[in-house]
Amino acid sequence: MEGKLIKIVKRDDISKSVFFLTPILAIILTLISGGLIFYLLGFKPLEALKFFFIVPINNVYGFSELLLKATPLCLIAIGLSFCFKSNNWNIGAEGQLTFGGIVSGGVALLFYNQEGFYILPLVVLAGAVGGMIYAMIPAILKTHFNTNEILVSLMLVYVSKLLLDYLVVGPWSNPEGFNFPETRQFSNSARMPILFEGLRIHAGIFIALATVIISWFVFYKTYLGFQMKVSGFSLKTAKYAGYKGKTMILLVFMISGACAGLAGVGEITGPIGQLHREISPDYGFTAIIVAFLGRLNPIGIIFASLVVALTYLGAETAQIFMQIPKYTGQVFQGMILFFLLASDYLLFFKIKFLGIKKNEL
Amino acid sequence: MSFDISFIGVVIASIMASSVPLILAASGELITERSGVLNLGVEGMMIIGAISGFALMIVTGNLFIAIIGSMFAGVIISTIFGFLTQTLLTNHVATGLALTIFGIGMSAMLGKNFVGIPGKEFPVFFDNLSESIPFFGPILFGHSIVFYFAFILPFLTNYFLKKTKIGLMVRAVGDSPDSASNQGINVNLVRYLCILYGGAMCGLAGAYLSMIYTPQWIENMTGGRGWIALALVVFSTWNPIKILIGAMIFGGITILQLHMQALGLRIPVQFLSALPYIMTIIVLVVISRDSRKIKLSTPSSLGKSFYKEK
Repeated sequence: MEGKLIKIVKRDDISKSVFFLTPILAIILTLISGGLIFYLLGFKPLEALKFFFIVPINNVYGFSELLLKATPLCLIAIGLSFCFKSNNWNIGAEGQLTFGGIVSGGVALLFYNQEGFYILPLVVLAGAVGGMIYAMIPAILKTHFNTNEILVSLMLVYVSKLLLDYLVVGPWSNPEGFNFPETRQFSNSARMPILFEGLRIHAGIFIALATVIISWFVFYKTYLGFQMKVSGFSLKTAKYAGYKGKTMILLVFMISGACAGLAGVGEITGPIGQLHREISPDYGFTAIIVAFLGRLNPIGIIFASLVVALTYLGAETAQIFMQIPKYTGQVFQGMILFFLLASDYLLFFKIKFLGIKKNEL
Repeated sequence: MSFDISFIGVVIASIMASSVPLILAASGELITERSGVLNLGVEGMMIIGAISGFALMIVTGNLFIAIIGSMFAGVIISTIFGFLTQTLLTNHVATGLALTIFGIGMSAMLGKNFVGIPGKEFPVFFDNLSESIPFFGPILFGHSIVFYFAFILPFLTNYFLKKTKIGLMVRAVGDSPDSASNQGINVNLVRYLCILYGGAMCGLAGAYLSMIYTPQWIENMTGGRGWIALALVVFSTWNPIKILIGAMIFGGITILQLHMQALGLRIPVQFLSALPYIMTIIVLVVISRDSRKIKLSTPSSLGKSFYKEK
């Protein structure tokens, strides 16, 4: 290694501060590359970034929209972190969200012309159970037939979206709806209460916050959390320690499916108020990024969901004001994950500046 | 509707045509996985190939440049994956997912001005023979060069892995990177090249969709084919020849589904469209049930990073 100014050394232990600082580094690098992409597309980079990241939230309405979009992302990402922590790759949260939405929407439609305090709890419960059942398909196929959960959970996303499409076009379509692909409006008792007059932010945010607190407790204060952590580090160790691997796989999938289902409930009983073809702008996939950006830590995930929700809002705003294509949001999301993974290098390796020794000069 | 022999020939030909992108992408991914790298970015690389090929075809008017360009685009985007997983030792699954999300967004951004433009006609071979010979005519003739390439590729891949020295190296790196490294093989270099090759094949698969099969640019036009290609690699138990069989089954379901719709069967369209995805799950379950067989044929180091202390 003569003549080299830097040397890369493997770290003996993972540095806590670097662990939580690298996500910030990733966001900064994403902003810089984003500016570069805007420049290449022929936009003024700073102005574009301003419309993307500042304008959308410089008023109360904008900020409430940010919370509205962060809510499902946070919920799903919390659920996914149960899976990811324990080395289970559930990437079909979008399907679990959709199926949860279908089941809870079905219950809401049963009561479309009724009011009553019991309706909303039933609808919420139905969504959670729907998502849970849908997530159990890849889990059971994994535990009993050794089937790859990545591919199964993903294939089920397409299936659930086609099922939703079938229902809103066919049997569940609004009889007075002039053949639009949508169901009846839900009754007011099946809608999430709106928190502030004139804003769209609804009570679903409390479900997300409750999930954050519960998951924090499970992760760091329970035996299950410890088992998940061990299985995440090494499946062999987990087996050696005698953990019931199959039960845990089922459990983490059920939890993450229920969370995704609840996110679906929040969307259809909150801002949408009925079922139609597109109940989620790929929240289920984007939440994967949120989970990683938040370091699979409940508190981290809150911040990460706000950052990623901003890319949704920013893409909309930038499209309206600067005619920047709305897919830029997705490009940003992909880049955040790239940079985050890349900056993980700093976690495991140290860059040492050796300097030039006198005798070498 | 008549079910005579030449009609069956036409159906088989259309099944083969719809399996081409699956064969190309799965064969590419197979080489990547054989070297021990799990790249879940197939869908993203395919869609980037699709828009690059289509855009180059419209802009340059040269089909050759467009095809080569789509492969090159696949190589470029897979370089990101290679750099992250091989040099920076990132998690393969997460990096592959990022690649897919990024690829879909990027392709929609690049393709904004190409929506709704009709593609150019792609030259086919012996079109006259295709119509004059019953049954074999439509199967053997009247196809593009990419079509023929796709059906030769699994055999080439098989030969490469089994009979060539470099193929042996790829397998050694995938099955036991440590001993391969001790033999003096540059593990990371081999893996880099396999990743780039996989990218090129996925790019070509995408270009086939946008330039020959459809031919036009539609957002998200790969529609999960990349994921089905990944499932095909598992289905094949990492054997290139079996990719051919698997791809024909999936192509068959896709075409069957279209014909059933055309026949006006009273099954909802959405259920038929869901068939390929449901079938993928069923096939995966059947294949994976025998966990010993899967374990024996999976490249041992699949998805694990290789780090050599310097």
